[in-house]
Amino acid sequence: MSMLSASQRLQTFANPTRFMALSGRIVGPLAIVSACLLGAGLYYALFDSPPDYQQGDTVRIMYVHVPSAWLAMFGYMVMAGASAMALIFRHPLADVCAKSAAPIGAAFTFLALVTGSLWGKPMWGTWWVWDARLTSVLILFFLYLGYIALWTTIEEPLRAARATAVLALVGAVNVPVIHYSVVWWNTLHQPASVFRLDGPSIASSMLVPLALMALGFTALFITLLLVRMRAEILRRRVRSLLMARARA
Amino acid sequence: MMRAFKALLARDLRLATRVGGGGGMAVFFFLVVVSIVPLGIGPDLNLLAMVAPGMLWVGLLLSALLTLDRLFQADFEDGSLDLLMTGDLPLEMVVVAKALSHWLTTGLPLVVAAPLLGLLLNLDVAAFPPLMFAMLIGAPALSFLGTIGAALTVGVRRGGLLASLLVMPLYIPVLIFGVGAASAAVAGMPEGVAAQSFGLLAAVGLVSLVIGPVAAAAGLRANLR
Repeated sequence: MSMLSASQRLQTFANPTRFMALSGRIVGPLAIVSACLLGAGLYYALFDSPPDYQQGDTVRIMYVHVPSAWLAMFGYMVMAGASAMALIFRHPLADVCAKSAAPIGAAFTFLALVTGSLWGKPMWGTWWVWDARLTSVLILFFLYLGYIALWTTIEEPLRAARATAVLALVGAVNVPVIHYSVVWWNTLHQPASVFRLDGPSIASSMLVPLALMALGFTALFITLLLVRMRAEILRRRVRSLLMARARA
Repeated sequence: MMRAFKALLARDLRLATRVGGGGGMAVFFFLVVVSIVPLGIGPDLNLLAMVAPGMLWVGLLLSALLTLDRLFQADFEDGSLDLLMTGDLPLEMVVVAKALSHWLTTGLPLVVAAPLLGLLLNLDVAAFPPLMFAMLIGAPALSFLGTIGAALTVGVRRGGLLASLLVMPLYIPVLIFGVGAASAAVAGMPEGVAAQSFGLLAAVGLVSLVIGPVAAAAGLRANLR
């Protein structure tokens, strides 16, 4: 396998049947891996990590809020990357990947907004504030919803695939804006503590559970993505069978 | 190519003024939206003066959103869009011509009407020049970004509202910087803040001049192939 070039390896996934076979073998073990990572992360997050010297135990919302926010941005990048593959390289499964990633990313964005709001009330005294980070994440949520709405509105799958790909790429500029919003603007939301040029400024007793939760969330994302992609491929097969039968 | 571009622009301008409805209805809608704001939040003149720049910008955005389906829908329905796609003029330039005509027939009338409607909201007269200047810079961005939503939903039945939803996240930076530019001078902020907002607004506008036609042309090709 290592003798194949990257594009050749990617082309092996272009065949839906081979993708179904491969993903069918991966999904089960990956689900178990994500359950283990999430379980370990939750144990460390809820029991084995120290409470914050200022916030006390409320800081433990961070172990759900921060990975959700990371996955929200990661989900959009998966969507935008798949859309670029669909538009530029006409990869057959790229639009399936983008369509499947959108609701998962939207759910993580919603989770990030809600957990952030629940954390903000005891910490900042308000459920919501219109600062740069929260506003740009809300815009990300709108972009996700608009993308899903466009898929459901256009009826032919090929046409919908190309139009939604354009939309995903146009909105991709928002993701770096979210990441740098705490740098460019004076925000209530705290600045970056992990992904900084100087390295993480967070204690390792908190960084380890955070990393475990982030890895668990990512494994969960990929598991759900593969499940949704398989469902979408089956849905398209059913659709073509129905159309063939209607023609007969 | 310039001849084709000018011909298309002239055709769209003629259609907009003869068939009518676009610019006039947008200004009428702007007037109605601005009028119901005091009915909603109360007639306190001080409060209205504070929210006036923001509400005028929101009204401008909503009025621009309503006219987006005029960009491509009529041409799609009678087949001219197919002809334009197969013609010599690049599809991106077709979109530029349509966005320009939209700005001239809808954006400019709205911008001209804005200060007059600002009087309804007790807008400080000192804020008229920065507001008009900000809206003049921002209105082309609204037209050019609007072509993206219109192109992605062309030929979709009942697609008008969807086009507005798709374009709204793209309009939000224009709104934020436009209101910042319009109100910074009045709110007594330091000298650099208004200039910063104007600069960022102009940056968004310039980016929209490129991204709008490119994305809209890609969307048209996706929908009409």
